[in-house]
Amino acid sequence: MPRLFPWLQTAPLLAVLLVFLVVPLAMLVVVSFYDYDSFSLIPDFVLTNYQEVFTSAVTWRTYLKTLWFAGLTWLVTLGLGFWLAYFLAFVVRSPAWRMVLFVLTTVPFWTSNLIRMIAWVPFLGRNGILNNGLLAVGAIDRPLEFLLFSDFAVILAFVHLYTLFMVVPIFNTMMRIDRRLLEAARDAGAGFWQALWCVILPLSKPGIGIGSIFVVVLVMGDFATVRLMSGGQSASVGLMISNQIGLMQYPAAAANAVVLLAMVLLLVSAMLRAIDIRKEL
Amino acid sequence: MQPDVELIGVTKRYGGAVAVDDISLAIPPGSYCCLLGPSGCGKTSTLRMIAGHEGITEGDILLGGRNVTDLPPAARGTAMMFQSYALFPHLTALENVAFGLRMRGVAKAERLGRATEFLRLVQLERMADRLPAQLSGGQQQRVALARALITHPKVLLLDEPLSALDPFLRGQMREELKRLQRELGITFIHVTHGQEEAMALSDIAVVMDHGRIAQAAPPREIFERPASAFVARFIGGHNVLDLPGGRFAIRTDRTRLAPRPGGPVLPGHVTAVEYQGAAVRVVVRGEGGQAAEALLPDAVFHAAPVEPGAAVTLGWDAEAAHPLPATATA
Repeated sequence: MPRLFPWLQTAPLLAVLLVFLVVPLAMLVVVSFYDYDSFSLIPDFVLTNYQEVFTSAVTWRTYLKTLWFAGLTWLVTLGLGFWLAYFLAFVVRSPAWRMVLFVLTTVPFWTSNLIRMIAWVPFLGRNGILNNGLLAVGAIDRPLEFLLFSDFAVILAFVHLYTLFMVVPIFNTMMRIDRRLLEAARDAGAGFWQALWCVILPLSKPGIGIGSIFVVVLVMGDFATVRLMSGGQSASVGLMISNQIGLMQYPAAAANAVVLLAMVLLLVSAMLRAIDIRKEL
Repeated sequence: MQPDVELIGVTKRYGGAVAVDDISLAIPPGSYCCLLGPSGCGKTSTLRMIAGHEGITEGDILLGGRNVTDLPPAARGTAMMFQSYALFPHLTALENVAFGLRMRGVAKAERLGRATEFLRLVQLERMADRLPAQLSGGQQQRVALARALITHPKVLLLDEPLSALDPFLRGQMREELKRLQRELGITFIHVTHGQEEAMALSDIAVVMDHGRIAQAAPPREIFERPASAFVARFIGGHNVLDLPGGRFAIRTDRTRLAPRPGGPVLPGHVTAVEYQGAAVRVVVRGEGGQAAEALLPDAVFHAAPVEPGAAVTLGWDAEAAHPLPATATA
């Protein structure tokens, strides 16, 4: 009987994981092998759904595009997030100001994703604030087309939405860096960039790792941002899945979801291999 | 001979508060100098100004005759060993030691070779591949020492280097610091709040109080002729007494319970007796409320023991009483 106690104690958590993670995933995998027609799911074991994923040029292009969005967004949010965190952690001296500014960086988060995206439309549109402003000062003589409903707009929205996910973990690791290490580096003759490269950057790695996982996972799974900001001109895997669901092609959507999941897991495990984040957990 | 380190009218103010108040000091080459004082006396600020980690409000700092007041730390020829060491946690012991050379652009093979030599100097070559977290406090300290020495500084600055060690290691490191200083022949400036440490190590001890230098002299001179009541009390081993002839510092080990006929005396009652092995400390409250104590060799004490509460008379030789300036406060 006493040997059962550990099992009993873990049972609630186990049940939650089973019901909300393992069972849905298993169903997803099972359905991905189903057949389907325009009106119904046909329980079966066919590989056609996966064949379509791997043989269609459109699907390949969509996956590559999704990776490209993720990569570019990752680069920009990393650059922005690192320097914002650096500013908050090392440049701002007063703890009160640091707190105020940190809360300010979270302000965009207080409204929904959708509203934040839509807010760009009147700003970036052909007759939007930016184009009208640039026309008025004479910087351009016809409206810039690439601002809205373009890949540029998609990346811009992603960066706007997700930079915070980079800032917070990097800021957190930077705050744990002993300030005397920077003095020691200066004492040993390190200039600003050397101290940054040899001390701050390596010690910020766990935060960079966690932020990168957040951003990459969020962008890889996104469909609303791509649909709205590209005006339907670009696709992502998430959008493709969402469209397939709209067309009741559940097995095809499930196969895509399984492939996407595998890809994201591979990416995350590669990142975990590069950066040891255990120190942060 | 030109002094290695010279402070001229150096002042440090933080806002309105004065941390270091117009101090001047010349430290001869190749000497071991201890900055000594209670916390908040300005000793650490002084060290950090010499290192270049703290701006100087007024005055000049000369190193080897060169004015370094506005130079960054690495351009001064100083190196600092930080309190609690500040080793880079992501680098091995060897890479920590090599850091200064890496910053100067020395090629990897050469800098690791030289770092190995410096690890050998502090007897840690076997720990080269360990991270700081895998080293004991004493070993971390040696790594920090090697890291500071690798750039061949002319002056090594040590900020309370022994305070984080247990008493046994502290004694050992003390000997080692002194040995290294002698072998390298460079100036060490060592901040401490322990007078024992300062006496054991320094060629010149600088006692500081409220941002000013209370006395700067070889430790023996400070102990035998303290310049003020503050110095006498801080350095320890002295009774500071207001006597009819003025204020005097009398060493506790020159104070006896059996007064010489006709000599100076302080009658009172024993308030505490403390056995210390080779000596016994007898604390006496004199008439008029002055506290004093006598440090008696154990044989002398046990020949005529006293109990707390007993009436005794403290006495000393007239020449053992060192006169102090009457203006001294506290």
